Formats: sequence, structure tokens, C-alpha cells
Amino acid sequence: MTPPVDSPAAITEDAALAAPAEAAIAVPGAAEESPFRRIAADFAASRLALLGLALFALVVLCAVLAPLISPQNPYDLAQLDVLDSRLEPGSRSGDGKLLFWLGTDDQGRDMLSAIFYGLRISIGVGVAATLCALAIGTSLGLAAAFFGGRADSFIMRVADIQLSFPAILIALILLAVLGQGVDKIIIALIAVQWAYYARTVRGSALVERSKEYIEAARCLALPARRIVFRHLLPNCLPPLIVVATVQVAAAITLEATLSFLGLGLPITEPSLGLLIANGFTYMLSGKYWISFFPGVALLLTIVSINLVGDQLRDVLNPRLQR
Amino acid sequence: MLVFVIRRLLQSAVVLFAMSLLVFLGVYAIGNPVDILINPNADQEDIERAIKGLGLDKPLWEQYLVFLRQAAEGNLGKSFAFNVPALQLILERMPATLELATAAMLIAVAVGLPLGLWAGLKPDSFAGRSIMAGSILGFSLPTFWVGLMLIMVFSVYLGWLPSNGRGPTTDLFGVPVSFLSWDGIRHLIMPATNLALFNLALVIRLTRAGTREALLQDYVKFARAKGLSDGRVIGVHVLKNISIPIVTITGLQFGTLIAFAIVTETIFAWPGMGKLIIDSINVLDRPVIVAYLLIIVTLFIVINLAVDILYSVLDPRVRLSDAKA
Repeated sequence: MTPPVDSPAAITEDAALAAPAEAAIAVPGAAEESPFRRIAADFAASRLALLGLALFALVVLCAVLAPLISPQNPYDLAQLDVLDSRLEPGSRSGDGKLLFWLGTDDQGRDMLSAIFYGLRISIGVGVAATLCALAIGTSLGLAAAFFGGRADSFIMRVADIQLSFPAILIALILLAVLGQGVDKIIIALIAVQWAYYARTVRGSALVERSKEYIEAARCLALPARRIVFRHLLPNCLPPLIVVATVQVAAAITLEATLSFLGLGLPITEPSLGLLIANGFTYMLSGKYWISFFPGVALLLTIVSINLVGDQLRDVLNPRLQR
Repeated sequence: MLVFVIRRLLQSAVVLFAMSLLVFLGVYAIGNPVDILINPNADQEDIERAIKGLGLDKPLWEQYLVFLRQAAEGNLGKSFAFNVPALQLILERMPATLELATAAMLIAVAVGLPLGLWAGLKPDSFAGRSIMAGSILGFSLPTFWVGLMLIMVFSVYLGWLPSNGRGPTTDLFGVPVSFLSWDGIRHLIMPATNLALFNLALVIRLTRAGTREALLQDYVKFARAKGLSDGRVIGVHVLKNISIPIVTITGLQFGTLIAFAIVTETIFAWPGMGKLIIDSINVLDRPVIVAYLLIIVTLFIVINLAVDILYSVLDPRVRLSDAKA
């Protein structure tokens, strides 16, 4: 982290006290010192990470633009022909209009289109769950660090106990009780993830809390809410960003796994996990593509996010900085 | 040490109690078991009689107390689907899961330790880099998809290994195991490898990091200066010191393996506890779900405690009685 910028203009405002992260927003003029530029430059130093970022951008683009770039709408029954079912990759449809690059499934659905639409659901669920968990976990972690005492030990003990069980088990318990559905799987993913953020943010908040800028903010008698959100939180962000990036990949994997087991999303929301589960039936008869290609799409998504996350961890880790 | 164990046991009892309450409330209070148990055409009188018969007319806390008392007697209810005690059903399936998890753990350590050592000793060599790249893949690959690909390659295309089931079992001290016959091993290879992948990557990384760190330590320099052979320095001095985190993590991971066996067992139709819980969730067999969860929580508590004790045995610097657990 860069040392707090001493900008005379900002002294009247508490912005100057808010140290590195906020200073960067408040003083964009200090271009060379801007942590964002430095982070971007450090990030770009790894070609593998850039490749990961490009790959992830491509995957997200495919997901967002699915209705525009898909050869067919895989869930419009009028566009499907049962005669085209289970065709090998590279086959043409019966009427010769469509080329199935990645083959078709048992309904005569183009796998490429199904994967684009599946990515939408998988990434959507993963990102939504991560953002909610991030908000909840961060609030609880900050509260624990800021108030301390009973609240702290209660929140952290719950997090400890929860983290001693594997994520898949907790998600399984919840889904066994709640049933299937997009909202339910998001709830399960939030319940699984919040503790990571709570722990991470509490750890860094405890360190930050004892620093002088927080003491200064307290001396100014700023309201607790302002200290927590404008001073404490921005300085706890770097580790949170790293954890959140990796957790998006974990959430997508977990959703796919649960959907594959038949516990996650209903059949009306065909995520990649469901596509793979659907192909499992045909795998033993050698029709590999129905499961194989959605799996490759899932793999590319997860690997690209992890590559970005790995590099972010190195870039944002103050201990590794020169 | 004794104080530590007693304190941990008390703490475990609290956790188990809290979990039983949560699971009970979750599974029994949300939704009505009568809806599933009883014929939908039954009239109101029959339904009320069934509710009374199951003790569901009593207040929730009273139901919970009854549940607790029965649980303490080892009675976790009868499975709706199989009509046998849920506990018995799970204990029957447990050896299969334990065998699978143990095999996976052995594969992970037996393969991961040498690979990790190699990558740690020669971090910049091509082999070292390839091993690390492979371990990243091991973390990223979704387990269930790898399982499918294994089946595709080794069962469908090559026809080398069977794709499902456990094969013939032999009784070893009264416990059915499959690793004593060649056909049983053939059934075990793929599921165990699949389950091992994540831990294999973990062991590789831990070993590599530990080795690199240990090589810089004074005791290694001293051992080298003393003129000990490379094999002895690495095999005794380095390995002994890096074994501490590896034992801890692999031990803690054993519980995760049992949880993840749910996925592997479903793919390979391995008749263990994991497949049972998925089947039970699908037919809403509540007593089995509750029993499974309580057993697995107990298992986790036992594993965590065992790892802590083992840790202190391996590393004399750790004094358990001092630790505020």
C-alpha cells in the first residue's frame, strides 16, 4: 500500500484520514502513485493471468450475448427437430440449414447453443451468490471486528464451526431441506460462502483498526458507521477481492456439482451442471459430446477465473511488494 | 493433554447438540412428514390419527426431547423407504465409503509426496513446472466431470475397468471389503483415483512448499556439512519436518473425502453412504437424512480431535494443554 497522500486541500475533509484506498479515489491527480494503475501494471506482468482474463472476458461475452450468437434458441421447441437428436459434432441438421459444431443432445438441441445459454445460468448464479455472500459476510466480519466482545466471539465461533465442514455437505443439508430452485441454490451458496468473507475481513479489520488513521477518525468523533464504511472497509478490500474472485469459481463448481447430483437447479434452468448430467445417460453408449463439451466450457470458466485470482493474490499481497 | 481432550470433548458435545437441534428443526419443522407418509386420499380423521401416532401433535420442544432421548438410545428412527432402522442402514453402507476414502487418501499421499518432493527439489526444471501446472489443474477440474471422463476413456473406449458398482467383497474381520480380490480392485481404481485428485494436488503443493522452505533451514545445511548423503538429508531430515503439515491437512481432508464421496459414489454407483444420502434426499427419507447428518458430524468431530492429538505427537513443540481450544 502507498503511504497516505498528504493533500492540503483535503485536510478539512476526513478524506485525508481515510488513508490509501480512499485517497486514491479522492486524489486521481497523483497518477504515478495511483494504486489502481500500479495494480493493473503488476497484473499485466503475468502473461498467464492476462490470458486468463481474456478467456474469462470471452466466456462472459458468450454468456451475455447468448441469444445473439447462438445458432439456435435451444429452448424454443419449434426450432428443435427430434430427427436431429444425438448427432455427432460437425453434423448438419436434417434440413441442411444448421451445422452442429459440437453435436446435438437427445432432444436434437445444438450443444453449442445449449452451452452458451448454460453459461448464462451458471455464471449468473455464481456471481449473484458471491456478491450476496460478500455483502453479508463482510458486514458480519466488520461488525465482529468493530464491536468485539460477545458479538465477535459468537459470529466467529459460528464461522469456525461452519468452516470445519466441507461446503458441499452444508449445501447438501440446506438443499435437502429447501428443495430445488434458483433462489434456493443461491441461498445455499451464500450460506456456504459467507464465513470466508467474514473471517477474511475480520482479520484485516483487526489489523487496520489499531492503526493511527482509525484512531484519528475516532478522535474527530465521526459516527461509527462512517468510520466502518469509509475508513475501515476500503482498507480491508484487497484480500476480500482475492477471496471473492476465487469464490466465484468455487460457487460455479459447487452449483454444477449440486445440479449434477439433481439437487441444485430445476430442469427448467439448464446450467452447465445439468447439461453434463443429461449427457451422463448417453456416455456409456459412446456419445461423449453431450457431457464432454459442457464440461470443457465449465473447466475453461473455472480455470480462467482461478488464473486471474492467483495473479490478483500476488499483486494485492502487501507482503510480496517491493 | 488430558485437560485438552476433556475440554475438546465437551466442546464437541455442544457442537453435536447444536447440530442435532438445527438438523431437527430444519428437517422436521419445515414441511410435514405426514404428507409423504400417508395416502393422499386419506380423510381428515386418518390424518389426525397419523399425526398423533407419530407424536407430531406435541409441541416442537417436546418432539425434540423425544428425538434426543431416542437418539441417545441409538434409535434414530426407521427409514421410510427401507423400513429398517436408519442407523443400521447407514452403518451397513459405511465400510464401502471408508474403503473408498482410505484408498483415495493412500493414492493422494503415495503419488503426491514423491511428486511434491521432486517439484520442491527442482522447482525450475521442466518436470517441476509440469507437476505444478498439473496440480493447478487438479484444483480446478470439477470432480464429477473428471469422473465422467474417466468412465468414458477407461470403460467405454478402452474397456479396461468397470464403470460402476463395487464388485465382489470379501469379509475381513467381519467387514466386507473389496480390495482383497483382483476384480474388487478393478472396481476400486477409478472411483478412488477420481476422489483422490483434489487431495493429490493439495499434497503436491504442501510437499513442494514445505521442501523448499526446509531446504533453506540451518539443520539441512548442518546435515549437509556433516557429510550426510542427499538421500538421508531429504529422506530423514526434510521429510520428517514437512510431514507435520501434511499429516494435519490430509487428516483434516479425510472428512472432506467422505463428504465428496457423495459425488464420486453417485457417478460410479458405489454402494456407500454418499449414494444412500442422495437417494434418501430424492425420496425425502427424513430419518435417514437426519441420521446421516448426525453420524457425519460426529465423524468430523472425531477426525478433528484425532488430528489435533496426532499433531502433538508428531511435533513435540506443540503443547496441547496450553492451547486454548
